[in-house]
Amino acid sequence: MSKPKIATASLAGCFGCHMSILDIDERILQVAELVQFDKSPVDDIKKFTGRCLVGLVEGGCATEENVHVLEEFRKHCDILILLGDCATMGGIPAMRNMVPLKECLEEAYLNGPTVYNPGRVIPNDPELPLNLDRVYPCHEVVKIDYVLPGCPPSADTIFQTLVALLTGKPLDLPYELIKYD
Amino acid sequence: MSDTVTVTIDGAQVKGRAGQTILQAAEAAGIYIPRLCAHNELSAHGSCRVCTVLVNGRPQAACTQPVADGMIIENNTEKLTNMRKAIVEMLFVEGNHFCMSCEKSGNCELQALAYRFGIAAPRYPYLFPKRDIDFSHPDIYIDRNRCVLCGRCVRASRETDKKVVFEFTGRGAHRRLGIDAAADLADTDAAVADKSVEVCPVGALMRKRVGYAVPVGQRKYDHKPIGSDIEAKRA
Repeated sequence: MSKPKIATASLAGCFGCHMSILDIDERILQVAELVQFDKSPVDDIKKFTGRCLVGLVEGGCATEENVHVLEEFRKHCDILILLGDCATMGGIPAMRNMVPLKECLEEAYLNGPTVYNPGRVIPNDPELPLNLDRVYPCHEVVKIDYVLPGCPPSADTIFQTLVALLTGKPLDLPYELIKYD
Repeated sequence: MSDTVTVTIDGAQVKGRAGQTILQAAEAAGIYIPRLCAHNELSAHGSCRVCTVLVNGRPQAACTQPVADGMIIENNTEKLTNMRKAIVEMLFVEGNHFCMSCEKSGNCELQALAYRFGIAAPRYPYLFPKRDIDFSHPDIYIDRNRCVLCGRCVRASRETDKKVVFEFTGRGAHRRLGIDAAADLADTDAAVADKSVEVCPVGALMRKRVGYAVPVGQRKYDHKPIGSDIEAKRA
């Protein structure tokens, strides 16, 4: 029987949660025994090659592209797990949620104290994904099965969760492993 | 007449003194009742409702309700824990609690309650309200994004500092922490050594130039859940 597949993505995140995946160090060999990586920045596979057992999503939805990727993950993954505070509550990108999008763009491209933009152009190329009016936590966009909080969730949290899921054992994370920072 | 009263908390007999609140009697017996607005050095406020227990089947705030002989009290039950979790989750979504960049993280009582309850994420949608920050004072600041309206600073300012720097303004969803000045905290007689600054359970009323003084791993709630100091006293 072929190994189950796992996919990962970073939406509006900083890749810190992916760093934390790598931070499981040599235990990644144990994970590799249990699963095969599908679409993920870890192996640079860009498109889903088939049904995945687990999808790990870092970051919230700040652009329409984030929403598309998240919907793709929901479509292709049996179990969708949010990785980190940005996916869970928007995180640092969601600090713009208290300011209208227009004002955010004007501050970034026109009015900021260090801005050099003689053409006074706010980037609007069709190639660029459109910003959403605010940053949405992932569970407000699609159904989510599990949440691992943390900034980032520690390597131990990720490893224990993955192993428990893949071996069908119950998971009881100790106090130290559920943290918001 | 003896002033000793006996109550039952989750099936255990607890002796208290007349005049004590349920919270105080439980604490003396080494039983932790989760709380947020209550503080041992301040008068009771009864506003956060995290310490709600069932007394003879009826919900009561343990921080305001005095003990009476024969009370049957439920504290650590699934129903109450779920209700307390819901309160903490509501506090998280109705403010802007960015733990990842907050100086109070690791020493924050709201966060510590969420950790103790094992909350991975709130069940309610985030509101992302627009709240302001008062950075006018040379030594302290108010970040209303993080304020949970527990009223500790209001009481500490009155009762301990003998000033009236803080007061609530507005009602319901519009309630906010007001100050005794037309505009800025700098215009009040608030000072860095005030009790009101010390007792803030979250990162709303903070000392400047402290920042992230304690490394991750050595902060108050990094290894032990809030309330474990009380539970350690249990005979």
